Amino acid sequence: MEILRVEGVNKSFGGLRALNNVNFSVEQGTVHAIIGPNGAGKSTFLNCMIGRLVPDTGTVKFGNVSLTGMKPYEINQVGVSRVFQTPEIFAELTLLENVIIPTMAKRDGQFSLRPFKRLDGDAEIQDKALHMLEDVGLAEKKDVISGSLSRGDKRRLELAMCLSQDPKLLLLDEPTAGMSRADTNNTIDLLKRIAGRGITKVVIEHDMHVVFSLADKVTVLAQGTIIAEGKPEEIKGDPRVQEAYLGGAHL
Amino acid sequence: MDVIILQLLNGLDKGGAYALIALGLTLIFGTLGVVNFAHGALFMLGAFCAVTFNKLLSLEIVTTDPTKTTAWGTPLEIRTPYIEAYLGDFGHWVLNYSVPFSILLAIPVMLLFGFIMERGLIKHFYNRAHADQILVTFGLAIVLQEIIKSIFGANPIPQAAPDAVRGAADIGAALGMDPGVIVYPYWRMVYLAFAGAVVAAVFAFLQFTTFGMVVRAGMADRHTVGLLGINIERRFTIVFAIAAVVAGLAGVMYTPILPPDYHMGMDFLVLSFVVVVVGGMGSLPGAVAAGFLLGILQSFASMNEIKAILPGIDQIIIYLVAVVILLVRPRGLMGRKGVMEN
Amino acid sequence: MSAKTSPARDYILFAVFAVAVLTMPIWLAPIGAGYPDLLQKFAIFGLFATGFNILFGLTGYLSFGHAAFLGVGSYTAVWTFKLLGMNPVPAAIMAIIASGIFALGIGYVSLRRSGIYFSILTLAFAQMSYNLAYSVLTPITNGETGLRVLRSDPRLFDGKGAEQGPLIANLFGIDMTGWGGFYFCAVILLIGFFIAQRIFRSPFGIMLRAVKTNQNRMTYTGLNPRPYTLAAFVISGMYAGLAGALMCITDPLAGAERMQWTASGEVVLMTILGGAGTLLGPIFGAALIKYFENIFSAFNEQTLHEIFSFLPDFIEGPVISVAGLFVGEGWHLTLGVLFMLIVIFLPGGIMEGVSRIGKLFKRSSGKSEPNRATAPAE
Repeated sequence: MEILRVEGVNKSFGGLRALNNVNFSVEQGTVHAIIGPNGAGKSTFLNCMIGRLVPDTGTVKFGNVSLTGMKPYEINQVGVSRVFQTPEIFAELTLLENVIIPTMAKRDGQFSLRPFKRLDGDAEIQDKALHMLEDVGLAEKKDVISGSLSRGDKRRLELAMCLSQDPKLLLLDEPTAGMSRADTNNTIDLLKRIAGRGITKVVIEHDMHVVFSLADKVTVLAQGTIIAEGKPEEIKGDPRVQEAYLGGAHL
Repeated sequence: MDVIILQLLNGLDKGGAYALIALGLTLIFGTLGVVNFAHGALFMLGAFCAVTFNKLLSLEIVTTDPTKTTAWGTPLEIRTPYIEAYLGDFGHWVLNYSVPFSILLAIPVMLLFGFIMERGLIKHFYNRAHADQILVTFGLAIVLQEIIKSIFGANPIPQAAPDAVRGAADIGAALGMDPGVIVYPYWRMVYLAFAGAVVAAVFAFLQFTTFGMVVRAGMADRHTVGLLGINIERRFTIVFAIAAVVAGLAGVMYTPILPPDYHMGMDFLVLSFVVVVVGGMGSLPGAVAAGFLLGILQSFASMNEIKAILPGIDQIIIYLVAVVILLVRPRGLMGRKGVMEN
Repeated sequence: MSAKTSPARDYILFAVFAVAVLTMPIWLAPIGAGYPDLLQKFAIFGLFATGFNILFGLTGYLSFGHAAFLGVGSYTAVWTFKLLGMNPVPAAIMAIIASGIFALGIGYVSLRRSGIYFSILTLAFAQMSYNLAYSVLTPITNGETGLRVLRSDPRLFDGKGAEQGPLIANLFGIDMTGWGGFYFCAVILLIGFFIAQRIFRSPFGIMLRAVKTNQNRMTYTGLNPRPYTLAAFVISGMYAGLAGALMCITDPLAGAERMQWTASGEVVLMTILGGAGTLLGPIFGAALIKYFENIFSAFNEQTLHEIFSFLPDFIEGPVISVAGLFVGEGWHLTLGVLFMLIVIFLPGGIMEGVSRIGKLFKRSSGKSEPNRATAPAE
């Protein structure tokens, strides 16, 4: 079953055509990787999906809901979460608080004014958040201010924050960018571990090692156009893909 | 028609002061990334350079004239400024032109002050939150104005324009309208020309010198310029000092229009900040344009005809414009994207 | 922080604070602050700063126009006196409502922008209010003279007996000047503190702190920051309005100078000095500034001579002339220097200083807490 369907998306910045009639769909429960050389339009594509950019033409449909023109928080509310290239966390708050916030957002909606309720009296939220931290192996650091974490830990925290919302679709923008080999492998393990939960994932990635160890399906984007799509093994041998990557070198 | 010309002229000189202060503010912000709430105080310091210069020149020697006596029978005292006693007519001439001559004092003083302020204080706030920058320079502004108050007192100290440009021109008559309708003081014309010259000088400096090129590049993309191995910090100091001088000179020349007192800086600061924001943070042409624009708007809003329709509009026009512009054009008239939005 | 909070700890903190506030007349007497006029100011400005801190300390939005709400609260309180009578309770309630509505309007517009643009927008609104209060709104504000209660005012609910005697607020017979006024303000401050404490510990509070640290992540977490910031803005505006009302309850006169931007700057200073984002800090900051203002501005040459009389004459002279700059009329100089020193050396305010000293002691006694990193002070 399809969970995400992108149809005829175009996006230009001034004279530059960043996305050119992109059609794309994601099957429920799969890990779908988007790869492509630098400047291929991967990030623009992701931003169109999560409401940071509005496509010039075309539609993005999530199940039966059209995501085009929706505000980022509304898109999240229907079940789409995002992990950023540089981890976006609440750097001045503790790890536990970092996870409590998305957990509450999931339960209570985009705005709820309860100035007199005690947060530390809300056992349901506290337990759920703590479980989530245990899941990613950060439970013993729950009272640390998250800004002081290593990059790998920040990424894991961000993942925990997204997972705490039980998203239907998780978008990951270069989840291993700037990480050491060990951190990268840890992240791959973590992503594999959560693969069993039926969360559909769209991963944008540079690192082929990551792509081929995670993805069920790969889409190759070059100069704003999809040039190839298929199983990882097929993509590996595709001459067009090699052309795009190697050709990109002397562009 | 005549009323419109008059208000236009009236707005220009105030606009000139706003533009000069805002120019420095936005220059500092654009290059150093610092919000300087002490900039109004620099304007005030400039004004008090003029006061100091005048006081120094007017120091007197006392001689007695034995041939005349006062009503109490003591010999009549004759007070002459030193400079007149020693230099005669030339001294008198210098004293007469004390306001423009105080520029000679103001430039080194403001340069030095700007240098010390940047090296001693501002430098340490490059990477602090804007709120911290606002607060520490706000504190400095209070300190400066209180020091000036304790030295010069709380009352405004009027400064005279040179005799030659005292009085006013009947521009209306010159344009063939009824005489006495458009009367504009000569000194304000001088101020306007001066403001124009300073603005032109700053722009020329930024446009035509290598130094200016680096500064402009730094305003566009500070990070990259740093990567090029250019010592940007030393240039920051110079930029700050230049901005201080511009504000100081604006203050010097404004003294015959508005007798300086210790809180004039704060009064102008709030408005200048509004000017900078309206022009667009970090945009030099924006600051100048917005300065004149708001000065003129303010002057039009204080016309009786307008006040009759919209009572109180003269009191709020600048703020109202600021609010509207910020809501319609979040980055001001000529601001760049992404400046100060976090 | 959440790991260390518990209802019991908060009740203890509140109880200690309540006792400390209510016994101020006793323990502040030795340092010359044990008189009602000054203690009223402690309470009123403490309340003002507590409210400001809910906005600035939690969300990081630096408003430079909070004095406008103080002014609105003051004018509303005096008008309530004029129309309904001298009971302080309706005056306080009306002031909260009026300043809340005012804050809703200004906040709705200003919060469309953030950073310095927000600061300038609030400043612009406050300056507009101030200028209008002085000029066209004179029928409502009585301009420069200030608004006061007159004998000819209707005062609907005041009994006939109220025809005589001075026109001061009274709560069922207790005059709101002197000690009566102080205890009234103190009780209001305690209520205000209690509410602030609950807000700090609530889900709403943590959302406000989320706004401060990362709005981007917040929106991608499915939260809309705008209603949160607006709610914080309105709440802090209500605190300011209530503080303004208390000023008129202790002295029924409202003037436009209360709305000037220097007054907005003062509350920023109080909050920063004490420690933005902490519960007690802003109240300390407010009390400290009001204390120094009172003490320092009362100093004159004579008192300085007495203080420095132990010095030999040739040193005493210069010392007194330098010290003279900082006291009496020059008290603002002290304020400015203090302001700079705090921002430069102690950005977290007094509360950070206290916790630093606390840590120092803990470390020296060998009980360090390895897991708790300090939050970077913003």
